Amino acid sequence: MSDPLLRIEGVSKHFGGFTALNNVTTHVNPGERFGLIGPNGSGKTTMINCVSGLLRNEEGKIIFDGKDVTDLKPHKRTGAGIARSFQIPRPFHTMSVIENLMIPAEFVGHHRGEKTDDRAEAMEILETMGMADKAEDPTTDLTQIELRKLELARAMAAKPKLLISDEAMAGLTGQEVDEVIDILFKMNERGITIIMIEHIMRAVMRFSQRIICLDAGQLIAEGTPEEIVKDKGVERAYLGSTDDG
Amino acid sequence: MKYLFEIVCVLLIIGIFVLTQVVGNQFYFFIGFVILQYMVLATAWNILGGYGGYVNFGSAGFLATGAYTSVALINFLDIGLVEQIIAGGAIAGLLGFVTGYLTLRLRGVYFAIATLALAIILETVVAHWDYVGGAAGTSILPKRKPELFDIMVVDRKTGIFANYKEFLFFLMGTVAIISVWIARYIENSKLGRGLNAIKDSEEAAECMGVPTLRLKLIATTISGAMMGVAGAPLASYLTFIDPLSAFNLEYAVNAIAMPMIGGTVSWMGPVIGALLLGTAQQVSSLWIQSELNLLIVGVLLVIFVIIAPEGIVGWFRKSRKGSRG
Repeated sequence: MSDPLLRIEGVSKHFGGFTALNNVTTHVNPGERFGLIGPNGSGKTTMINCVSGLLRNEEGKIIFDGKDVTDLKPHKRTGAGIARSFQIPRPFHTMSVIENLMIPAEFVGHHRGEKTDDRAEAMEILETMGMADKAEDPTTDLTQIELRKLELARAMAAKPKLLISDEAMAGLTGQEVDEVIDILFKMNERGITIIMIEHIMRAVMRFSQRIICLDAGQLIAEGTPEEIVKDKGVERAYLGSTDDG
Repeated sequence: MKYLFEIVCVLLIIGIFVLTQVVGNQFYFFIGFVILQYMVLATAWNILGGYGGYVNFGSAGFLATGAYTSVALINFLDIGLVEQIIAGGAIAGLLGFVTGYLTLRLRGVYFAIATLALAIILETVVAHWDYVGGAAGTSILPKRKPELFDIMVVDRKTGIFANYKEFLFFLMGTVAIISVWIARYIENSKLGRGLNAIKDSEEAAECMGVPTLRLKLIATTISGAMMGVAGAPLASYLTFIDPLSAFNLEYAVNAIAMPMIGGTVSWMGPVIGALLLGTAQQVSSLWIQSELNLLIVGVLLVIFVIIAPEGIVGWFRKSRKGSRG
């Protein structure tokens, strides 16, 4: 088996006296579809912020692609191949859709010394999302699902090895959820490793090959979707403990 | 044509030079200097405020840094105007860098307050620094018969310019055109696009590979330097300088109001704003009443916030887009 693409080793994050993440250790393999679940406030977004660099973990290490990225700023990590979407879409709202994609294309692409045609590549990404006809539209005209797609498209424009999708489907209809899952499958087929954070169980279970579950900052379960569904700890975390034992 | 803008810039500089040789009435140079100075100040503000979304409320502090750098160096070395402008720009640029480093972790209104505080601190320091005149101020007598590379610059008979007003007008005009060129260059560069991304969402920008801190520091440095350049000739222009005139609130207010009224998205905005507002203020304060000019700023700002929140440039762009369909 090849080396993991991402290793999270003993990562802890405290906010004052509150422990948001407590000694979490896990890994994500290259090309894997990895699910991250947990009840509200369990530390999912904190963990993702530590991986993308928006937060610094006080303890532990984050190793990406064989390099320790724990002390790197977010933009350096993006350059190294970690890209993310935001739970609440944060488009560059004064720009058009395609200009949104040009930002990572220019800043990350240049960083790697690539001189491909950024615009053509951005259009190609928009086409796979079914958003090519919106390319020149201002982002203020987009619908919710289009904004979610834009989040993913913009992350793709950074040419990541690892894409973190932070609740890209929250609030979408069933059909729209399927649409987003299809997009993520397509990205994965291109060889991009994907971490999916999601509350919609149907989506995570269908998409992920392996899932971890966080509860109150602790990693409580790790396994295939089938194993996670049967896990007593996960059930307790989501539904509370039952007193039949 | 690729260099059309650059050619226009050079032609404008030549045009300004010709004006100084042809126009006899010194009064036009006197008010023209102020308008051009505001153009530099507004353009400088817009690089950080318009492109990057960081509102600098302490423009007067940077301008005064340029002015007082000149005063200190005139007292110390008796240097000429061109050297003053270079030195004023360098020191104010350094101040911009340091300010940026210390305050750019602050966002929104907190950054604005920090820059305002900086201007107040600087004013207090200068008011207690007797070498540059302290609170009472100091008179500056422009150098007699200044030479630059062995060429007589200002002399009634043998100089390029017959007097200092003409020379100052020409210098400020050149500085204004170079400033606008820099702003336009930034706007169309990777730096400009990165600053726009920061304005829209700093976290998203950082996560999309934009080195936000570095770009912000570059912007505060360039913006600060340009403000210092605008302020450096102030002492020679007024022939007297005190903290009250150098740190005047009008500079801080106009530096924000002019780009807002003209439009912050484009280099044209501050230029239009400075020409419009600057001219209106000069005309009203000279012919009607000197207290009127801040009122004009206030009324215009209110009108524009309601009718054209994206300024004149934004309003034109929108109406053009609307007519297309």
